Amino acid sequence: MAVLEVKNLGISFGGLRAVDGFNVSIEKGQLYGLIGPNGAGKTTIFNMLTGVYKPTDGTIFLDGVNITGRKTTEINKAGVARTFQNIRLFQELSVLDNVKVGLHNGHAYSTITGILRLPKYRRSERRMDARALELLKVFDLDGEAELLASNLPYGKQRKLEIARALATDPKLLLLDEPAAGMNPNETQELMKTIRFVRDNFDMTILLIEHDMKLVSGICEKLTVLNFGQVLAQGDTAAVLNDPEVIKAYLGE
Amino acid sequence: MKKTTRDHLITFGLVVVVYLIVQLLIATGNMSSLMQGLLVPMCTYSIVAIGLNLCVGYLGELSIGHAGFMCVGAFSGAVVSKLLSETVTNGILLFVIALAVGTLMAALCGFLIGIPVLRLRGDYLAIVTLAFGEIIKNIINVLYIGKDSQGFHFSLSNPIEIEEEGLWLINGAKGIAKITHLSSFTIGVVLILISLFVVYNLVNSRSGRAIMAIRDNRISAESVGINITKYKLMAFTISAAIAGAGGVLYAHNLSTVTATPANFGYNMSIMILVFVVLGGIGSFRGSIIAAVLLTLLPELLRGLSDYRMLIYSIVLIAMMLFNWSPRMKDFRAAHSLKGRFGKKTAKEAE
Repeated sequence: MAVLEVKNLGISFGGLRAVDGFNVSIEKGQLYGLIGPNGAGKTTIFNMLTGVYKPTDGTIFLDGVNITGRKTTEINKAGVARTFQNIRLFQELSVLDNVKVGLHNGHAYSTITGILRLPKYRRSERRMDARALELLKVFDLDGEAELLASNLPYGKQRKLEIARALATDPKLLLLDEPAAGMNPNETQELMKTIRFVRDNFDMTILLIEHDMKLVSGICEKLTVLNFGQVLAQGDTAAVLNDPEVIKAYLGE
Repeated sequence: MKKTTRDHLITFGLVVVVYLIVQLLIATGNMSSLMQGLLVPMCTYSIVAIGLNLCVGYLGELSIGHAGFMCVGAFSGAVVSKLLSETVTNGILLFVIALAVGTLMAALCGFLIGIPVLRLRGDYLAIVTLAFGEIIKNIINVLYIGKDSQGFHFSLSNPIEIEEEGLWLINGAKGIAKITHLSSFTIGVVLILISLFVVYNLVNSRSGRAIMAIRDNRISAESVGINITKYKLMAFTISAAIAGAGGVLYAHNLSTVTATPANFGYNMSIMILVFVVLGGIGSFRGSIIAAVLLTLLPELLRGLSDYRMLIYSIVLIAMMLFNWSPRMKDFRAAHSLKGRFGKKTAKEAE
């Protein structure tokens, strides 16, 4: 069964139809790409999938559960985590604490337990520390765990965002332009990391990206969006050779 | 030991050391009665400043209505201690009961006011908290509660008649009279330590991280499944409760407590905010130090009569510059004792 099943999704802002008739079905463990020119509605789709915007019509199923129109917090608890196009870290918290905020719902203890430092507090905090360091290690950030997030270099901030998203233990990971602002070496490394995450965390990943090397390198399937509508959909190689796609997005 | 733990222990230690020094001074007769009179107010301001710092520094919302919560704590605490003063003879027990009721009432007010107020942000939130603070003060000013053989009498705005041998609990603008003097410096210091314990443990727990995450980025906090409303309300309520506890201490140090602008008006709110900002937003230790110094200062300068407020304001400006100006920060970093004699971090040693 598909992890994500989107049917006929659409949203209007006043008279503007930002996304119209969007369908997609993503299988478990798939690496799926969403591409298209600026303003095509890619991030808008992410915002609908995560509950930031309420879709005007259409339905979203996550693992067979209808999550359409639920609140962001609820959708995250249901199993969707995301990163942002413009990095949104908790700037004044340490790198480790950023990930620990992601572990918030997975390792719950009450506020009173925390204030009184009951044994459960220590146990949970220890487990959270261990888990957070494990995640940071995947992204080679464990050496910077005590640093403030705002003091990390740009590329590492992007990685930290992915680590934080993974900490919520999602079924589906949405990456909004993970390679934006990275140099070719960093992008190469990022591709490896994304594949690693997919394989080792058993993750389903949907990503938006403009870097065609990354897209053709790791995505198994693609959807091309133009003016809010699906231009092409299918296997990566076939889609990238589609004359319509070349004309609208890639350039001849 | 973790760095934060060590930092907290230093603060606790500082409070205890100051307490011991003061006790020594009193025992050897080296402290004037004027100074001794300032001890409990200092504790009160420190506690309220700790509470406000939780709201301003960790929740990231500017509240200028905390004198209102202090007022709620002061009046509900004093009413309870007045009612029970004959049944409960143990002073400490009586104070603890008054403290519990005062803190809970302030927390309740904080919760109820927080529901509408926390929907706002920034300046708007500050203005509305200011208004609520004034509303609380003005309501208490026209509140009449009395008790006699017929039971309780209660009125808003119209003075009421009670029997001659009856007991006035709150007599409108005259406030509460003949409060048992239950506060002491020792109780004040214990309350400071308890407040520190609560806020330090809170901000280093899962809930504290959630509160700071919301401050830093609301949208991404939501995206990792944090319930924004819950944690905002929690921080605001705890902040109000601590201010209320300060109010209880404040009231039981006076024989008569009235809700005047000087006591619980916006002046008080601003003064507490000054402690928080000068002490360093987010630093509880700084709040306490600023509260103590700035309460002492006007008294120390009393001899200079006319120039007193002038010097006070100059000190305020100097402290502000010392704490916050970027150049001063660089200077302090370059010339700190730690930098010269302390261990260098790995990065600097390279």
